[in-house]
Amino acid sequence: MDWLFNWMPEWLVEFPQIAGRNLRLMSRTIDQQYRDFSRAWGDSIEAFFRPLLDFLLWFENILIETPWWIILAAITAIVWFASRSKKITIGSFVALVLIGVFGMWEDTMRTLSIITVCTLLAIVVGMPIGILMSRSDKLQATVNPILDVMQTMPSFVYLIPIVMLLGIGLIPGLIVVVIYAMPPIIRLTNLGIRLVDKEVLEAANAFGSSSWQKLVEVQLPLSLPTIMAGINQTIMMALAMVVVASLIGVRGLGQPVLQAITNQYFTQGVLNGLAIVAIAIIFDRASQAYGQRLQRHREASHG
Amino acid sequence: MAETAIKVRNLYKIFGNNDRAMVEKVKQGLSKTELLAEYGHVLGLRDINIDMPAASIQVVMGLSGSGKSTLIRHLNRLIEPSAGEVLVNGEDVLKMSAKQLREFRRHKISMVFQRFALLPHKTVMDNVCYGLHVMGKSKAEQRKAAARWIERVGLGGYEDNYPAQLSGGMQQRVGLARALATDADILLMDEAFSALDPLIRTDMQTVLLDLQKELAKTIVFITHDLDEALRLGDKIAILRDGEIVQQGTAQEIVLDPADEYISSFVREVNRGRVIQAETIMETPAPASVAASESFPVEEGTVLEEVARRMTEEGIDNAHVVDDAGKPLGTLTMRSVMAGMATPVLKEALEEETGVAEAEKQPS
Repeated sequence: MDWLFNWMPEWLVEFPQIAGRNLRLMSRTIDQQYRDFSRAWGDSIEAFFRPLLDFLLWFENILIETPWWIILAAITAIVWFASRSKKITIGSFVALVLIGVFGMWEDTMRTLSIITVCTLLAIVVGMPIGILMSRSDKLQATVNPILDVMQTMPSFVYLIPIVMLLGIGLIPGLIVVVIYAMPPIIRLTNLGIRLVDKEVLEAANAFGSSSWQKLVEVQLPLSLPTIMAGINQTIMMALAMVVVASLIGVRGLGQPVLQAITNQYFTQGVLNGLAIVAIAIIFDRASQAYGQRLQRHREASHG
Repeated sequence: MAETAIKVRNLYKIFGNNDRAMVEKVKQGLSKTELLAEYGHVLGLRDINIDMPAASIQVVMGLSGSGKSTLIRHLNRLIEPSAGEVLVNGEDVLKMSAKQLREFRRHKISMVFQRFALLPHKTVMDNVCYGLHVMGKSKAEQRKAAARWIERVGLGGYEDNYPAQLSGGMQQRVGLARALATDADILLMDEAFSALDPLIRTDMQTVLLDLQKELAKTIVFITHDLDEALRLGDKIAILRDGEIVQQGTAQEIVLDPADEYISSFVREVNRGRVIQAETIMETPAPASVAASESFPVEEGTVLEEVARRMTEEGIDNAHVVDDAGKPLGTLTMRSVMAGMATPVLKEALEEETGVAEAEKQPS
């Protein structure tokens, strides 16, 4: 093959790339500008998120400070009222007791609080975006690729600019988790509204409904099953991201896992991993059962 | 017939991106096929002119693809026309602002849909309340009016059921109650009974006719079923390929179809239920009639009814009388039978079609 390489000009053999010097210069310039930006704006952005941090800390404190048996009873009750299923409720109860017995109660509470806050935040921000997307094909065409990037970008890459901007801590962690967990709720809200029966929508129009009335009375209730699936996905994504977020100082079940990786503590890793799985299953089953219960009217009871 | 409630004038609908420009071409005589082949636009409606009488039932009949559902959606502007006017009680629906249009739909016009289009997550009660809820009426008012209409369409006791728990006929009763509850003068019914079983359909037609006697609304009823059109329609318009081929009363259409297309429909119709006694009676009226030989029938009675009474009373002759009881003409069993015979039968009997001659032919 040598004769071939000798015969070809240099730029056909090696990919003609930007010179290393220029590449370094480019990275350095961009990084520098971003650093300047974070120096100038970091404090204001942090101040902006301050109320959120306070709320998160307050919520975390409630979960940790309240005696464990009250929290245990409260979670079991919530699961029962959401699912009305003995199986799911008893399963959740046993899982939580085991978590406590193996000494992971406090970390679990931290994770639970960040997941709850992240999910709420993702819903509050994501649902309006999904609703707007469902109303405009143009917006849908713009937002969809952004969501693709958000979902496929390796999660560690998010951490870098956020940490440069806000340092390490709970708020950057929260932002990373929300960014990662938001795409499903946006996508499925959009999809659900677009799938609403055109005839029912036409009927709503024929009776002179305003846009708001259509949204509240028809589109949202009819797309609820899809939106619930989106919320469910969002919770799962948030749980997955909590471990990664522990890299930038988010406390909770992720940190012992991280510790276990660096120190090769097999048992500790597995236990905490299982605790995350348990929480995921509790959230998943309870929210799905709740979603299904909301759809009872779809069952036909006549012959 | 009473005054005109809805006037449709020179209405065109062309589906495509450049519909307004295409209207001109269609006005100059471009056909539906040419429009599609050369410009990629679909002709929905061409030059529709209808006067729909107030307080009666206007039927628009046509096969699928004839544009009938498109036409009815122009009346409350669920579809924007390419050109033309729709005047409801003198007001041009197409010139209304979004807000005026909402108010118009809330108070003046309501609609019943082919596949019911009920809100599946709401109970029967809440579905019937929907129009009133949109208007912003208080909860108590909504429930009061809704309860009355649910009772009136025969669904008392089902208030708390969800639509999926009801049969098709019952669901459409909910649809009807929902439309009536807003108290709008105009009721649009888009193939409202087409999705129902034949027996239930007849049942619903009866419900509608009963309600109409009491309410006297302006009803625009779309159907593909000629029997339904003839039974319900005070006035019928027949639509084909987006154009009106004939307008008139049921009797006019059955007796004098405008072209082959309509004759082919009309051929299979039960004429005994359409043709009225005075249409085939022999004049002049007899000066006096013996009660044992002839019985009176009122003007407007259909032949089937006359025949039934002839059989019941065992008398072969009848005389038609007006409201005051004054005799107008006479009927014989034979003339009634001939009038009820379908054209296929009649053509076999005689060369010349015409009711008057038919009865003189030996059968």
